[in-house]
Amino acid sequence: MSQGNYVSRRRFIQGVGSAFFLAGLQAALPLPLWARANHWGLDGLPSARDRYDLTIGYSPIVIDGREGTATGINGTVPGPLVRLREGDEVTLNVTNALMDTEHSSIHWHGILVPFPMDGVPGVNFAGIPPGETYSYRYKLVQSGTYWYHSHSFLQEQSGTYGPLIIDPKDGEPWPYDRDYVVVLSDWSFEKPETLFRNLNLLGHYYNYQQRTLGDFIRDIRQDGFKETMDERLAWGKMRMSPVDLADVTGAAYTYLMNGNSPDMNWTALFAPGETVRLRFINASAMSNFDVRIPGLDMDVVMADGKAVRPVTVQEFRIGVAETYDVLVRPREDRPFTLFAESIDRSGYARGTLSPEPGLTAPVPLLRKRPVRGLQDIGMGMMVGEMNEGEMGGGHGGHGGHGEMGTKDDPRIPGPNGPEPFMPDRKTSVNVAMTIPNPRYRLDEPGLGLGHDGWKVLTYKDLTSEEPPEYADTPEREMTIHITANMERYMFSFDGMKYTEHPGPYLFRHNERLRLFLVNHTMMDHPIHLHGMWMQLENGADRLPYKHTILVKPGEVVSALITPIEKGDWAFHCHLLLHMEAGMFQVVRVV
Amino acid sequence: MKRFVLLLVFAFLPVLSLAADEKSGEPVTDYFPADYPEAPSVRPEGQGIVKYAEDGDSKGNFGRHPVHDNQLFATFKTDRFEHQWKEHGVEVFLWDVQGWIGEDYNKLYLKSEGEVLLEDSHPVEEADLELLYSRALSKFWDVQFGFRQDFRPRPQRTFAALGIQGLAPYWFEVDATAYLSEDGDLSAAVEAEYEIMLTQRLHVIPRLEMGLSLQDVPEYEQWQGITDLTLGARLRYQISRKLAPYVGLTWHRKIGETGHNLKKVGDDIDTLGAVVGVKLWF
Repeated sequence: MSQGNYVSRRRFIQGVGSAFFLAGLQAALPLPLWARANHWGLDGLPSARDRYDLTIGYSPIVIDGREGTATGINGTVPGPLVRLREGDEVTLNVTNALMDTEHSSIHWHGILVPFPMDGVPGVNFAGIPPGETYSYRYKLVQSGTYWYHSHSFLQEQSGTYGPLIIDPKDGEPWPYDRDYVVVLSDWSFEKPETLFRNLNLLGHYYNYQQRTLGDFIRDIRQDGFKETMDERLAWGKMRMSPVDLADVTGAAYTYLMNGNSPDMNWTALFAPGETVRLRFINASAMSNFDVRIPGLDMDVVMADGKAVRPVTVQEFRIGVAETYDVLVRPREDRPFTLFAESIDRSGYARGTLSPEPGLTAPVPLLRKRPVRGLQDIGMGMMVGEMNEGEMGGGHGGHGGHGEMGTKDDPRIPGPNGPEPFMPDRKTSVNVAMTIPNPRYRLDEPGLGLGHDGWKVLTYKDLTSEEPPEYADTPEREMTIHITANMERYMFSFDGMKYTEHPGPYLFRHNERLRLFLVNHTMMDHPIHLHGMWMQLENGADRLPYKHTILVKPGEVVSALITPIEKGDWAFHCHLLLHMEAGMFQVVRVV
Repeated sequence: MKRFVLLLVFAFLPVLSLAADEKSGEPVTDYFPADYPEAPSVRPEGQGIVKYAEDGDSKGNFGRHPVHDNQLFATFKTDRFEHQWKEHGVEVFLWDVQGWIGEDYNKLYLKSEGEVLLEDSHPVEEADLELLYSRALSKFWDVQFGFRQDFRPRPQRTFAALGIQGLAPYWFEVDATAYLSEDGDLSAAVEAEYEIMLTQRLHVIPRLEMGLSLQDVPEYEQWQGITDLTLGARLRYQISRKLAPYVGLTWHRKIGETGHNLKKVGDDIDTLGAVVGVKLWF
């Protein structure tokens, strides 16, 4: 296609199309300009500003013709694109127009700010009472793709989120022609409080992909009776389900891409030969996604807003609250499907990357819901060879704690690896399972991925592009255990719900800290630390920066942290209902 | 003498448990090892520690709680709510319902079970109401204690109840309770259920109930030992998680000494029935 063609089409869109969309669709679809289909990317939008006024209020939302009430920002879900410039002093005035709530708030996810600007009610400010405005003011010392969301109650689930991008002061590190924000999220017409209640009363309330008698018979045919029985009995003994992948599923959710349902088909336009930057943001409350664009390679160039050495992949898993910037270079004059499957394969978000409006590409089928293996949660020894699993002890040095070794793998950093977890009487109700030997799993793409014949991003592939700022030798080590009891819907750190902890976790100002995270649960938890970066110790020569780390079941990850701001900071699982159920703690930097 | 020792032990129990609690609560200062060096003082001169969180403890800074992990929930469900057609044309309506209000650890349960004979003469055969305090004991088990009031059979009786309810290994739902009647008679009831998933919504639920008595209570037709056994299987379809009609079979038999004695007087100790019912919860 010639350049002339593209210009004339573009002119047509802008002239006639946008007028139609603005006048016609806008009335029915409360979507901000950047999230509407068939625009030409962010270059046509207003450039960065240093002042925004955001109002959180009840607004109508229309999904597949059904109308619901959202807690939108400036009347839309997702909220407006907040575009800022690195180095600027910015003012963000947030007004709470949810008149029947106790408070609202906006947290700037991944942005380094002084603690009173971080926006977590009950941790670093009092929240914004109805009818009042809070002025967030801070100086930006970073650039990249981020997002913002409410940290009050369950408002995030009902639409209080939006993208936040910061233009770098020295220009972007790589050239591209188009720039799109792709916000993935989950919408439920059921009230968020209802979702929470239902899960508290019945942990598998939304799971309609459980294993049935038919699966049992098929497994016997495939693997034999003994093996199948052993596997079923091992899970049954623990009273855990290997198909418990997502708490809230497609049974309740419509998965959205920039506020559009799969049928509404959000469409991004490109001209063949162009390089397109897609800024994927997972703004879901409870949904991890697997993203791919059949027919296109994706160069992952940023993770959590920080530049990484480009990695070419065909698919990546994006945990809740993570962001990935990818560059794609479609050469053919045809549409491509942007496909984001939920981790449990119960639904998908979908859009189209198209040379002209109205085209669609084939939408892939959902893959089969995977089943967790016992070895996936570090319990491989439960089947049969009980005794072998007990080995691996005797690393010494842990005085008092234990015979169970955690440092069998040289890829786990530190002299001893993480501190083992010993639940006591106090934590016995909270902790349904402990993993004696957590594993290094950074080189694994995640459950259900990596068997399709294409390259899937792993955490091991991430290498920072920035020169190292801090020493890579820690002064202190600390272990935080991720624990849960799904049956009771209790989620916790170190076996204690938020309100059960004796006090905050203490970090020292400007120390170099190695933080081990050990996942003793059956699920992937996106763990988010406010106010400072976590540099993932993945063996890279330059450790990648993350604000959110998706920790796999049975996994131990470690991150190096330099707490650069004093204050109280939130540390929590970004699955909203897990956080609300207690997987939350305050980190105090003193 | 024995009594005195027991009394002494009981008096000291709270003290002992307090001491144990003291041990398990980790003091905050333990986060840093004793020999940990002072934080490097790289902060600019004149800029002291920023004031924060001074208006409360970390769990209620600024008068707010960041998360709400102690929410109170209340629910009510009918485990069985069914019409039974028994042998010899006997029709019975049976309810087995429970509701609770509480949070993760502490709950107040109200349970009721009973049978109405769908005939003119003696409509209500059995009816009880239990009020139990329930405390989370371990990962999967709650301990429950309180009272049970039997309205039928007559004369009414009141019991003290102590039991456990929870999830046994391999996904058996179990409820086992011991009852001490006002007359000093000790009895127990055990219920267990399992869910076999044919499809995501169509389930088969085998069910076992057993009654036990520690002594002979002829006026209530109970003799020492296992008194009766009920086995059932229900085929349940979940229209939604909260509405699931079912059909099934139930077989009840008086056994042991109880069965023997009732058979002697010519009672029918063995009944088979078909059931149609609905499981509901709110």
